[in-house]
Amino acid sequence: MPYLQILPLTLTLLVFLVAPVGLIGVVSFWDYTEFNLIPDFVWTNYRELFESRVTYSIYLSTLKFTALTWVFTTLIGFTVAYFLAFHVRTLRWQITLFLICTIPFWTSNIIRMIAWIPVLGRHGLINEALLGSGLVDTPQEWLLYSDFAVVLAFVHLYTLFMVVPIFNSMMRIDRAVIEAAYDAGAGPWRTIRHVVLPLCKPGIAIGSIFIVTLVMSDYVTVQMMSGGQSASVAVAMNNKRALLQYPAAAADAVVLLGVVLLMVVGLMRIVNVRKEL
Amino acid sequence: MSEDKSKDGPANASQSGTLSRRKVLKAGVALAGAAVGSGAITGFPMVWAQNIKNVTLRQFGTGVSNINEIAKQAKEDLGINLEMTALDTDSTAQRVVTQPKSFDIADIEYFTLKKVWGAGNLQPMSIAKLSEYDQIVGIFKDGKLTPDSNIAQGTAPHTVSFVESPGDTTFAGGMTDWYTMVPTIYNADTLGIRPDLIGRPIDSWTELLNPEFRGKASILNISSIGIMDAAMVCEAMGEIQYGDKGNMTREEIDKTMEIFTEAKKAGQFRAFWKTFDESVNLMSSGEVVIQSMWSPAISKVRSMGIPCIYQPLKEGYRSWGGGLALSANLSGLELDAAYEYINWYLSGWVGGLLMRQGYYSAAPSTSKAHMSEDEWGYWFEGKPAQADIINPFGQKVESAGAVRDGGSFYDRMGRVACWNSVMDENRYMVRKWNEFIAA
Repeated sequence: MPYLQILPLTLTLLVFLVAPVGLIGVVSFWDYTEFNLIPDFVWTNYRELFESRVTYSIYLSTLKFTALTWVFTTLIGFTVAYFLAFHVRTLRWQITLFLICTIPFWTSNIIRMIAWIPVLGRHGLINEALLGSGLVDTPQEWLLYSDFAVVLAFVHLYTLFMVVPIFNSMMRIDRAVIEAAYDAGAGPWRTIRHVVLPLCKPGIAIGSIFIVTLVMSDYVTVQMMSGGQSASVAVAMNNKRALLQYPAAAADAVVLLGVVLLMVVGLMRIVNVRKEL
Repeated sequence: MSEDKSKDGPANASQSGTLSRRKVLKAGVALAGAAVGSGAITGFPMVWAQNIKNVTLRQFGTGVSNINEIAKQAKEDLGINLEMTALDTDSTAQRVVTQPKSFDIADIEYFTLKKVWGAGNLQPMSIAKLSEYDQIVGIFKDGKLTPDSNIAQGTAPHTVSFVESPGDTTFAGGMTDWYTMVPTIYNADTLGIRPDLIGRPIDSWTELLNPEFRGKASILNISSIGIMDAAMVCEAMGEIQYGDKGNMTREEIDKTMEIFTEAKKAGQFRAFWKTFDESVNLMSSGEVVIQSMWSPAISKVRSMGIPCIYQPLKEGYRSWGGGLALSANLSGLELDAAYEYINWYLSGWVGGLLMRQGYYSAAPSTSKAHMSEDEWGYWFEGKPAQADIINPFGQKVESAGAVRDGGSFYDRMGRVACWNSVMDENRYMVRKWNEFIAA
């Protein structure tokens, strides 16, 4: 009977997760030509991947984007969640403000990204304002089509993924614990550092998993905000896919999957998410 | 973002599976037959052209010619339904190869055709059934625009236009009775510039890498086209002498990408673009002052009131061409409808529509009747416009007195240095190009 109960989920996972990933693994060993996939068992795709200097530099830049995005989304996410959980007193307002946070999500990712372009461009809002006020003589070109723009867009797009789980963790904190900390003589900062933060770890961990997986696998944001100048692992993969080099793209995907899994496993080691849920 | 939509399972690529498609087609023919039959019973006059009424043809291609106006007019003139899908250049190749059952007509470029013909998913057309074949310009037959013109490097359309017989996966050496693709649209490409922001004459491809435009240049990120622009630049700089720019050796590819990677690292490029709209935005916003560009993108920038020139360069143009090819799965009534549609396509109306956007029609003489004398003079003959030039979508693109950049059809198409191409070392080139983009 318990087997029967887990059957639907098992089947779903087998068909929609295990089988496709397995297929990608298989295809990554195939050979290919211009217009054909040749079922085979060759290591060429992996060899070309690991032999190329570019692979290492794009992994480095992808990890850089991930790390920067993680730092900023965690800082902002924690602050916003803290405000919602501890400063807003009524549940009604908490829910209202929380919903307001989600409003940008009513538009598509792409729109939210494109919206930055007229703001950051050479003749954009910020540059016009800076030039107009005489703060700078020449337009600041690093604002758009740069790594800065990529990270800015990531932070803008994904902060909510940090806010939600941290907020959730904070709401579970027994208010008596906070009072006890104050009674014991801890100031607000100390309370945050020694009471709130440790109790929010599972939330931060879950948010981090979202951020890591989203940023590591992104290609649209990187391509659009860097003007096609920066590469990420997924951009390289997508280029290969677009050029019909499926086996090479599949090899990329397998390696990326491995790297992301390692990162997630690492996170789970630091924080036991399951215990805290 | 259209790329997202084509989630082809890799397994699809290895299946040919024409059987089910045939069955569906047969069923379709039977149904159509039944419809005609019932029509006869109720006393409707039956002529052959009625047959293709309400036949649906699925066509995909790049955004340039997959426009709804064409589908609307085809419905009006022929009664057929056209389902159009617009994809980017890379995705069109992908569609032909991996989803042969998903289309009836492929609107693709010649270098794409060279790449995908071998997959056997397309069928050649019998020239005897192409009513406008005689009107097609020489570029697409023997390769010569005029009897004394030179044939440019690269994948010149006539080299991939013919096969000896249906079923052949290699191209014929000369003209035969079987046409792989009917040309519909082509143009001579060059660099677009913002004269107001540059303020001096530009006359060579070398200017793309001129440090004067550091951080203000762009090149298109479609490897097979971008590499050609890059080659035009490197050759103009005198850095590389190519045997054939359209079919480079590994050393030539390495050297070309080395020069461009160096420029990229020095901050020469503001961005790389992949789609028409991106190129328009880069230029109109002034982020970029010199870049690879397509003709209608120039018109679009100008129609915003921003000065932009499609600068003729002394080394010549990089040219491209596209056409309509038939799916190998087409047969019976649908095949007849496809021929009818292609003959209609070349008969003038579509040509006029395309020419008034700055492209050229494969059969320009038929398009003349669908353009005003002034439009013909401006777009084709390179004469000064007598009145405002309006594009087919009702926007003014040029004022009276303007002359087309580069001049007449013969001035422009006669100075083609190279065709977009696919090389023998394509796989290596693509890898190097990706490394350049990622560098």
